[in-house]
Amino acid sequence: MSKDDILIKVNQLYKIFGDNTNEALNLVKDGMGKDELLEKCNCVLGLNKINLDIRKAKIQVVMGLSGSGKSTLIRHLNRLIEPTSGEILVNNQDILSLSQKELIQFRQNNMSMVFQKFALFPHKTVLQNVGYETYYPGQLSGGMQQRVGLARALATDAEILLMDEAFSALDPLIRSEMQNILLDLQNELHKTIIFITHDLDEALKIGDRIAILRDGSMVQDSDPQKIIMQPADDYVSDFIKDINRARVIQAKSIMTPTNSKSTGPVVQENMVLEDILQIMSDSPSKPVTIENTKGKITGKIEMTNLIEGMKRPKSQGTNITG
Amino acid sequence: MDWFFNFPSMERNDLREFKKSVDFTFTDFTRSYGADIEGFFEPLLMFLVWFEKFFINTPWPLIILLILVFAWFGSRSISVLVGTLISFLTIGYFGMWEDTMSTLAIILVATFLCISIGIPMGIAMARSNKVQALIVPVLDVMQTIPSFVYLIPVVMLLGIGKVPGLIAVCIYAIPPIVRLTNLGIRLVDKDVLEAADSFGANYWQKLFGVQMPLALPTIFAGVNQTIMMALAMVVIASMIGVKGLGLPVLRAISNQYLALGLMNGLAIVVLAIIFDRVTQKFGLRMQKYRNDGKD
Repeated sequence: MSKDDILIKVNQLYKIFGDNTNEALNLVKDGMGKDELLEKCNCVLGLNKINLDIRKAKIQVVMGLSGSGKSTLIRHLNRLIEPTSGEILVNNQDILSLSQKELIQFRQNNMSMVFQKFALFPHKTVLQNVGYETYYPGQLSGGMQQRVGLARALATDAEILLMDEAFSALDPLIRSEMQNILLDLQNELHKTIIFITHDLDEALKIGDRIAILRDGSMVQDSDPQKIIMQPADDYVSDFIKDINRARVIQAKSIMTPTNSKSTGPVVQENMVLEDILQIMSDSPSKPVTIENTKGKITGKIEMTNLIEGMKRPKSQGTNITG
Repeated sequence: MDWFFNFPSMERNDLREFKKSVDFTFTDFTRSYGADIEGFFEPLLMFLVWFEKFFINTPWPLIILLILVFAWFGSRSISVLVGTLISFLTIGYFGMWEDTMSTLAIILVATFLCISIGIPMGIAMARSNKVQALIVPVLDVMQTIPSFVYLIPVVMLLGIGKVPGLIAVCIYAIPPIVRLTNLGIRLVDKDVLEAADSFGANYWQKLFGVQMPLALPTIFAGVNQTIMMALAMVVIASMIGVKGLGLPVLRAISNQYLALGLMNGLAIVVLAIIFDRVTQKFGLRMQKYRNDGKD
């Protein structure tokens, strides 16, 4: 599927909350939807046939509105919630086959988690929570508390970091600061991070890949640029309609591929449209040359490409991965 | 229509036979096992006697000093300390020192027993809903049954003395500590427990590392209530041979000595207030992390 190493593989994962989940599972596999299932079986469909490959040392964002199943999904990865059916492989090991003892070992060594409401141990000082400063969590602001939460998660040296709406409870400035801290840390530590959020701007800022959930089903799982340029369905289109496209779309997403030099200035392929617009405004008629990080020319952009890129795209229909 | 106006009850003879058979069964049980059960409680009796003697035989200034040290350790409050000092001096001056020491001894032993039985019971209840469903009705009975009623089988089994008194006090005083331990553990924030789970804590690490410390203030409210109820039981326990402040109160009731009753009654009140303030202040200090973390 991709040349990147896949660390976590989620296969055909179903989760149904309620009694008599086996019968409900068959109904869901036959195509019954969430509302109908609730009415007929009094069961809640948590996750519906989730397939997800999470790449090593990347930040995989899982996005969705409240009740879309994103928190349920992340809790399956360390088995805080047991699936109804399906398979979860971490490093090619099926974690569903772990005994209780092995599971505890696995949680201690392989994964750590950061929570939306911080969930620090309020009776322990920060020093005892992670290893710094003798304050109790109650004495700290939200941003400081979440730093402690992040530090606690990093202190275990686990390879995988699960972050459940970790920055959602923080105010916008602190949130942005925490996102930068996370990206800086990631540059050094190269963890495999699964980041849950309902905020598209946050997802676009930090995600290497973005998966979008709706009512427990995967709607789209792809490169962030592709989510903006080719939304899989109306739901995703709706999701992205309010973002500032000029500030997130990169040159490589709208360029016309070519390897010959154009008349205008040369820019990097990850430059956003807003900046290209600035450069092109001096001589609008000259197309800019696009080159990749290695300095090789990969394409060109004309003013019409820019205008086309700003336009909101129509949904693509069925293709949900790419 | 006779059955409509008079409740169709058992024949009087049958009823008498029924009661007799219950009584005989229990008497038989007492005859065959009474000595064994008494033997089982022998170490407890010896400890209680030793503890009481320690309080009575140690010179009073040392005892007061000891009490002040505990009061300071618990409350860290000068006003509680001064109040305690004045109270004990007054009690001694009015000639109630020895009775107060006896009462103190039995209260402390009863509290210790209640904590060491009650907290594990509470933990078991918090762990399993079935255990909780089993124990809650028992606690309900223990709290509502008139204490004189369970004095009867206790006295039949163990006779009159300190141990039956201690057991009666414990039956009366143990429910709050059990209930509040259970409640405290169940009220611990689910998010925090989930965090502990996600970091791979096992059952015991969660219990002693997270649940018990966070439940401690609630558990301590239980300890406080247990002490209060034990003190309330002192007078009734004196009816079956427990020495202490209850005995003069009992004498005062039967002979209508107003002053004697009042003095000893007030001494019990004073003990209760001191215990209450010290344990409450201690409980508050334990939750300093809940506010801004300052002492």
